[in-house]
Amino acid sequence: MARVDLETVFKRYAEVEVIHGVDLTIDPGEFVVFVGPSGCGKSTLLRMIAGLEDISGGTLRIDGEPMNDVPPAKRGIAMVFQSYALYPHMSVYKNLAFGLETARMPKAEIEKRVRAAARILQIDPLLELKPKALSGGQRQRVAIGRAIVREPRLFLFDEPLSNLDAELRVQMRVEIAKLHKDLGVTMIYVTHDQVEAMTMADKIVVLRSGVVEQVGRPLDLYNRPANQFVAGFIGSPKMNFLNASLRSASGQGASIALNGRGLDLPGQRAAAPGPVVLGVRPEHLTVTPSPGAVALGDAKVVIVEHLGGETIVYATLQDGQPVTVSLQGQRDVGGDSAIAVYADPATCHLFDATGASLRA
Amino acid sequence: MFLLPWLAGFFLLTLGPTLASLVLSFTNFDLIQAPRWVGTANYERIATADAKFWRSMWVTFLYVIMSVPLKLAFALGVAMMLNRGIQGLPLYRALFYLPSLLGASVAIAVLWRKLFAGDGLLNQFLAMFGFEGPSWVSNPDYALYTLVVLSIWQFGSPMIIFLAGLRQIPQDMYEAASLDGASPLRQFVKITLPLLTPVIFFNAIVQTIDAFKAFTPAFIISEGTGGPVDSTLFYTLYLYQEAFGYLRMGYASALAWVLVVIVAVFTAFSFLTSRYWVHYDD
Repeated sequence: MARVDLETVFKRYAEVEVIHGVDLTIDPGEFVVFVGPSGCGKSTLLRMIAGLEDISGGTLRIDGEPMNDVPPAKRGIAMVFQSYALYPHMSVYKNLAFGLETARMPKAEIEKRVRAAARILQIDPLLELKPKALSGGQRQRVAIGRAIVREPRLFLFDEPLSNLDAELRVQMRVEIAKLHKDLGVTMIYVTHDQVEAMTMADKIVVLRSGVVEQVGRPLDLYNRPANQFVAGFIGSPKMNFLNASLRSASGQGASIALNGRGLDLPGQRAAAPGPVVLGVRPEHLTVTPSPGAVALGDAKVVIVEHLGGETIVYATLQDGQPVTVSLQGQRDVGGDSAIAVYADPATCHLFDATGASLRA
Repeated sequence: MFLLPWLAGFFLLTLGPTLASLVLSFTNFDLIQAPRWVGTANYERIATADAKFWRSMWVTFLYVIMSVPLKLAFALGVAMMLNRGIQGLPLYRALFYLPSLLGASVAIAVLWRKLFAGDGLLNQFLAMFGFEGPSWVSNPDYALYTLVVLSIWQFGSPMIIFLAGLRQIPQDMYEAASLDGASPLRQFVKITLPLLTPVIFFNAIVQTIDAFKAFTPAFIISEGTGGPVDSTLFYTLYLYQEAFGYLRMGYASALAWVLVVIVAVFTAFSFLTSRYWVHYDD
């Protein structure tokens, strides 16, 4: 179990700076997910921790020791690659044993560790096969097995599930989470899929353009996004953003105007009046009046998706702003019909012109 | 319709003469009198009564055994250097390829002869350090080696193919190996070489067939004699002497077909063994 500290870490390629001073602490045994859109620097950050990329500035510590100049093999880490990076000319056994043989471990110990890892991942019958004979899911297991046998203090995963089909992805997600529970080792996991992040992480790090936007537990990010970017990134379907104007915000609550209607939101900090963005998650909207809910206005239905367990309604408000409503169960909402949209102000978010949350 | 020119060329200039030579190999033919059928006499003489055949076979075999592995190793070495992402790669690639374009030409062979002659550049260079070199091309002990060196110098085409092969190896294999603590040497032996075996195999076959067929350099350097003392008597050179020196077309045709069979057997053997050492993924 390792503790990882990033102290104002920078990454520059010649003139271009891609990581802009990241500060982050990862506690021993934590499962941390780096999430963000492509190009946000999450993989680069992971590769810097692995030692595959140089650190241009700042300090990386693992268990308190500076690691900037320590070669990858000496950092006590193991990494699972997106492409799996299995050696195609070696059997599964040889793939698992390669790192241990490189470290000149006794044969008996290698055999013991490989068999143990194979048992954990249920790949014992595959040990003599070459990677090309394996399915995607089996290759994924071998790639994880190669990390396990090294008994690292830190596991790194670089988008390990993105080459799998949806069903396998869910299955492997559960298995990796279980592996983390069983081994208790610190894990850092990179993905662009917010569902993976929400389901697996103890702590999520949301990145955008080389900057950490927010760090927190999954539900904290969901309930209290620090800014509009995080609010839109976490949660599916995406949070609705409606343009509104702030009439007053005293520190106790805020009063806004949306579509000509007044709306009072509790728990917002003081701010100057001006344009703001009202954020409401689709699952927090209803089409029937309910206690505590206030009307946001009438809307015209554009498309309805019936998923069985839920019904997703895409509509436009009177002023033309699109709004998505996610309703529990199977609802009879017709296309082209008019609906009224209601929201509980307690579940609403306000973002100022810079995108920062106004939540107190 | 559009294949016609090619088909005409193939049948008239390639397949026709090839089949004709097969027929001629069972005759005595001196270009002046009509071919005379002699059955398998030519082949019998090759197998039993022709010391020069065995001599030329041996010289050619030595040449193949020495030049092909050295050339491939050299080509791979240069390709790996170029693959390390240096600036101006296209320029270097072109420069290194240049000898292969020039190498087979008569002019270069003549130049080579000057380079390794008794008063050639190499010996002048050695003389600066107080060594007195022999005449490399006219000494039977060394003449073949100068041809081997000339062949290695033409490493361009296998190098280009190696370079393409190296590009095919995913970078994350090396990253995974470096996380596993594998040294550059171990990465080369355990990853680069095995993953490159299809390309090595291809290059080895092509270069070996080329080496069996080598003619021009030996012809120029020995001035068509295969000398000194038959030390550069390549198989094709011997064949040429028989055909155009002594006008024994029938016998030369038989020699040509023996070479075809030898190369075919070698190639078949290579393909048979390839599955034990060539790794194809997916």
